[in-house]
Amino acid sequence: MRHTIAVLVENKPGVLARVASLFRRRGFNIESLTVGTTERNDLSRMTIVVEGDDRVVEQVTKQLNKLIETIKVSEISEGSVERELCLIRVHAPPERRGEIVELTNIFRARIVDVSRDSFIIEVTGDEDKVNAFIDLMRQYGIKELARTGKVAMVRGNKR
Amino acid sequence: MRAADALVKALEMEGVEVVFGIPGGAILEVYDALYDSGIQHITTRHEQGATHAADGYARASGRVGVAFATSGPGATNTVTGITNAYMDSSPIVVFTGQVPTSLIGNDAFQEADISGITMPVTKHNYLVTNPKDLLRTVKEAFYIAATGRPGPVLVDLPKDVTLADIEFDYPKRISLPGYKPKTDGHPKQIKRAAELVMESERPIILAGGGVIISNASKELVELAETIPAFVVTTLMGKGSIPENHPLCLGFVGMHGSKYANYAVSESDLIIAVGCRFSDRTTGNLEKFAPDAKIVHIDIDPAEIGKNVMVDVPIVGDAKKVLARLKKYIQYKQRKAWEDKVNEWRRKYPLKYSPDGFKPQYVVERVCEIMPDAIVTTEVGQNQMWAAQFFKVRYPRQFISSGGLGTMGFGFPAAMGAQVAFPEKTVIDIAGDGSFFMNIQELATCVKYEIPVKVLVLNNGYLGMVRQWQELFYKERYSATCIGCEKTGFEAIAKGFGAVGMTVESPSDVDDALKEAKDIDAPVVIDFRVDYQANVFPMVPPGAALNEIIDEE
Ligand SMILES: Cc1ncc(C[n+]2csc(CCOP(=O)(O)OP(=O)(O)O)c2C)c(N)n1
Ligand SMILES: [Mg+2]
Repeated sequence: MRHTIAVLVENKPGVLARVASLFRRRGFNIESLTVGTTERNDLSRMTIVVEGDDRVVEQVTKQLNKLIETIKVSEISEGSVERELCLIRVHAPPERRGEIVELTNIFRARIVDVSRDSFIIEVTGDEDKVNAFIDLMRQYGIKELARTGKVAMVRGNKR
Repeated sequence: MRAADALVKALEMEGVEVVFGIPGGAILEVYDALYDSGIQHITTRHEQGATHAADGYARASGRVGVAFATSGPGATNTVTGITNAYMDSSPIVVFTGQVPTSLIGNDAFQEADISGITMPVTKHNYLVTNPKDLLRTVKEAFYIAATGRPGPVLVDLPKDVTLADIEFDYPKRISLPGYKPKTDGHPKQIKRAAELVMESERPIILAGGGVIISNASKELVELAETIPAFVVTTLMGKGSIPENHPLCLGFVGMHGSKYANYAVSESDLIIAVGCRFSDRTTGNLEKFAPDAKIVHIDIDPAEIGKNVMVDVPIVGDAKKVLARLKKYIQYKQRKAWEDKVNEWRRKYPLKYSPDGFKPQYVVERVCEIMPDAIVTTEVGQNQMWAAQFFKVRYPRQFISSGGLGTMGFGFPAAMGAQVAFPEKTVIDIAGDGSFFMNIQELATCVKYEIPVKVLVLNNGYLGMVRQWQELFYKERYSATCIGCEKTGFEAIAKGFGAVGMTVESPSDVDDALKEAKDIDAPVVIDFRVDYQANVFPMVPPGAALNEIIDEE
């Protein structure tokens, strides 16, 4: 099973290395990891997607909590807001551009760069949506692809 | 004030009395500052010796041990000592010199990324890049090392940082928003644990090193007597209850007694305190204490539920939780269980064949002649014989490398313990192989008049490995004969300026021990014991605790 964990950490040098080192040492598998700043400039937020059963997630959570620089660890359950951004360079010969533009519109994605025989398309959404869009683009030939990994937030009022 | 001077002053304010270490280029400023200070510095002969000595000092005294090393090779030499302290939750702070900040990352002379290297084996570590952060860092380092579940902290100090000019403004408070160890234990869970105790017919307490670290021995014994419950310990928990106490069954696990292992296997409730259910303690986990409910008390939430499923988790400090738990418990006699355990105790005592010159005999005599000595051990058969036959009387008396199993730990650890307690007899029960791993510290003991007694159970083999080869590898003794019968430990000791003795027969053991005990100088005794002696009983790898086997 995949779980999404949000970790609030002090914004200090070496914190990312510490978290990465912990995952490697304890044999936890990171599916994706994003780091960025938060509403406070002394804190960063990591969103980590891990693969494992409930026991693994419990250990991940407890071990992350043990790091001195960790302020808070929360598991983000189903039904929260989850987003990922993906850039796709897709092969786009003149005769197929119409179709690609149409699909891009349906997915509320955007074409952000146009060159002689390719587009760069930006698509944002939850994982399923991004996956579906990528699948559709395959028929045209994907030349390059970059995903940010997931960021997530629980719905409703902040506790 | 020069930052190095401020550092030394900060160490004084932390109550540091002694530092173990070796100087070098990158840490010269700090050593220069130390020159004017009241802090004693013991120059070891290897940085591994310094970190183990700081560790031994910490375990014996309960205070934070401190070690210094220079950058590069000095720093990398501390890694085993740091890891050892990490595995056994021992509070030490290690300061290393580092190349100047302007050179970091350039592969400068004697540069090693020690904060990167030690990240997974420290409780926390620091690379101080701004001199303004130095004093806050020192304050935090000592606080983190000593509180919660203790552990090693490393502080890496670039040369320009120690040279800088700073205000001496030692912080009084600590602000670590992400670090707040829970010590109280949840009242509901404590009550729930008490209910299980009252329901239980076959309760047992499993006491680990955490009981000793938290100075909770008194509370442990009181709880055991109130229930009443037999107590088994882990290797690290030896001394948490006096081993001559009628409720104490000694240590459990791979080489624990049969009766301790049977008692755990047949219990219906295990109250585990300050232990982590390591594989050496539990045997085959699937078959571990099948009928038992488990109450697990530990200050580290991550230990609870890590290896075994727990019925009642209690996160807190052993001392506080045990005292509270006792309040909810009434004495209840459990005659059938008591009789059963005592019957096992009568039927299956620890034993060994008395003929020849047996290492177990030496340990038994040591226990008789120096019952109050602080005992450290090396690793291997010597360690297990020491654990089986030295009956520990008080907490912090028995010091051994449990988690990492570091050969070469015992001797420098004994040195550290002796520095903490100059008036006590401190002995290292050693193996010939292990002693060689830090034998150079004999020079340190001689130089600083640290009268540690090293009792080498010299079997000429890496004995524990030889034992496994005998039992599980068809007697193919690959690479385990180290031929120390040809090594003259007596002459080596004398060469270092220490006292050396050789004992070749059991009839000379007492005289040698009595003589050594009264010598106010480091002593090495080379006991030429039978090399075939093995450690039994034994839970074979993969077996359950109650599948423990004897010699035949
Ligand atoms: C640093 C280190 N290297 C290797 C080992 C593996 N090992 C465990 S016990 C042992 C033999 C120890 O020999 P000795 O000190 O003579 O003790 P004995 O078992 O003979 O009493 C070895 C090599 C270890 N524990 N530590
Ligand atoms: Mg040996």
